[in-house]
Amino acid sequence: MNKIAKVISLITLSLVVVPCLLYFVGAIELDAVKWAALAGTIGWFISTPLWMSRKLPVDATEVEI
Amino acid sequence: MSEQTSNSGGEFEREPVPDSALLGSGKFWGMYAGEHAAGTEFMIGPLFLAAGASLSDLILGLLLGNILAVLTWRFLVVPIAMSKRMTLYYQLERIAGGSLVKFYNLVNGLLFCFLAGAMVTVSASAVGVPFGITFDVPSNMFGLSNPSFTALVAIVGVVIAVVAAGGYERVARVANIAAPWMIAVFAACGIVSLAQMDATSVAALSEGKFWSDAIAFVQEKNGPQTFGFWQIVVFAWLCNGAMHFGMADLSIFRFARSKASGWAPAIGMFLGHYMAWISAALLLAALIKLQPSLALGTDGKVTANPGLLAFQSLGWAGIICVVIAGWTTANPTIYRAGLAFQGILPKSSRTAMTLVAGAVATIAGAFPNLSAQLLDFVGTYGTVLGPMGAVIFVDFYLMKKFGLQNEYATRSGTPINFAVLIAWLLPVVVGLYLIFQQGVFAAYAVIPCWIACGILFIVLSKFTQKASSESSATVSS
Repeated sequence: MNKIAKVISLITLSLVVVPCLLYFVGAIELDAVKWAALAGTIGWFISTPLWMSRKLPVDATEVEI
Repeated sequence: MSEQTSNSGGEFEREPVPDSALLGSGKFWGMYAGEHAAGTEFMIGPLFLAAGASLSDLILGLLLGNILAVLTWRFLVVPIAMSKRMTLYYQLERIAGGSLVKFYNLVNGLLFCFLAGAMVTVSASAVGVPFGITFDVPSNMFGLSNPSFTALVAIVGVVIAVVAAGGYERVARVANIAAPWMIAVFAACGIVSLAQMDATSVAALSEGKFWSDAIAFVQEKNGPQTFGFWQIVVFAWLCNGAMHFGMADLSIFRFARSKASGWAPAIGMFLGHYMAWISAALLLAALIKLQPSLALGTDGKVTANPGLLAFQSLGWAGIICVVIAGWTTANPTIYRAGLAFQGILPKSSRTAMTLVAGAVATIAGAFPNLSAQLLDFVGTYGTVLGPMGAVIFVDFYLMKKFGLQNEYATRSGTPINFAVLIAWLLPVVVGLYLIFQQGVFAAYAVIPCWIACGILFIVLSKFTQKASSESSATVSS
């Protein structure tokens, strides 16, 4: 189950990045990039919590800048 | 310092980390990979462009500044962290005294509120995009934006504060899950922006016309400004001054098994403070090229509206990213500030104090100029908190060499080591005067204040430790 979820996460993450590269080289339109990124985002937040349950880092309360 | 206020993960807060709990380098690389790609990056990146930084200065300046930051972590923080294996707060308590550490933490908490306020503004800017609520930055520092945006800030602030009052763990977990995706979105924003500006060839990229045109537009609308190479270097180096020069990351590296862990911040710096900043800056350049009218506020000046910038580039995914980035940064910040306030009023509930911190952050968020001044704020943050790192450094390396006692507060039982208090506040007051009255670039003040604090601490300790040992000798005789 974890392996499948990880693969889906990888695919959804690539839905965010790969279409941008295709747009960069002129292969697709910007609208397609935006829809793919939205689909990738939704997929990422569904699949990733299934496997990414790593322990909170030490000092997770610390502030990032 | 109370245990409540020194919460730093709940493990080994008041004892050295034992060998059995040490972590390998990989853990630190993993942890820093997800950090430093936060909501602040959406504000800071465009501010470089708005401040008039050239593209070559930005690329090379950030490179050098981030390398210096990593070296500071590796050679300043890690040796002390691995030798002492204590949190910053516990080390400070032993040197400066419990009451002084509470005061330091209160100052820390107040600064956190302003940082969280900027993130409330960032999140509200994104939430407002679908509703057509514009983000106007007034000319005076404490001027409000339009009523709709101010109301939106209040709603977003209340939601963030209430969630923070419920505890930080769930949000921290969301932040963990979101981190790789957020980095991907930052990269995607940069790539799309370049394509939107037709900067898709090596020639166009190296010519950099897309950037110089944007700078010219900003200068025309906002008036001439410069943000030179060394300003960029120093900013990139010291924007996390509180974490490395200020030694806050002692709390993290006390778990390090090997000194090589000290190189781990490199991944956070080069993803968050290099790629993400440049990508966020490109968002503003692209908006100026494609729809310059959208880049202007009601006062006719160029305004960095993170939500709008991300929406123009990546649509709804961009908006979601700005909201989550702002939220996951503001939330632990408000939580942490609440803990600091609770340290001052131990009888108060954490929930109530978190809500107070959230209220302060929301009020700060209602003044958009505070987030527009984030470059200065981050430098000021390092100037105020950084010098305490000099106290740790001097106590660790120099006190015994000068014939003085280290960890003096523990040895003498004093709740306030006045040598630390004066050595910290005097340079900070001078630094703040130079920043706010003389217009000195805030990040420039961090290192001089750090050095001055260290020197003052030794000199003052010569007097205070001698005086105290003489008085105790008199009492015993």
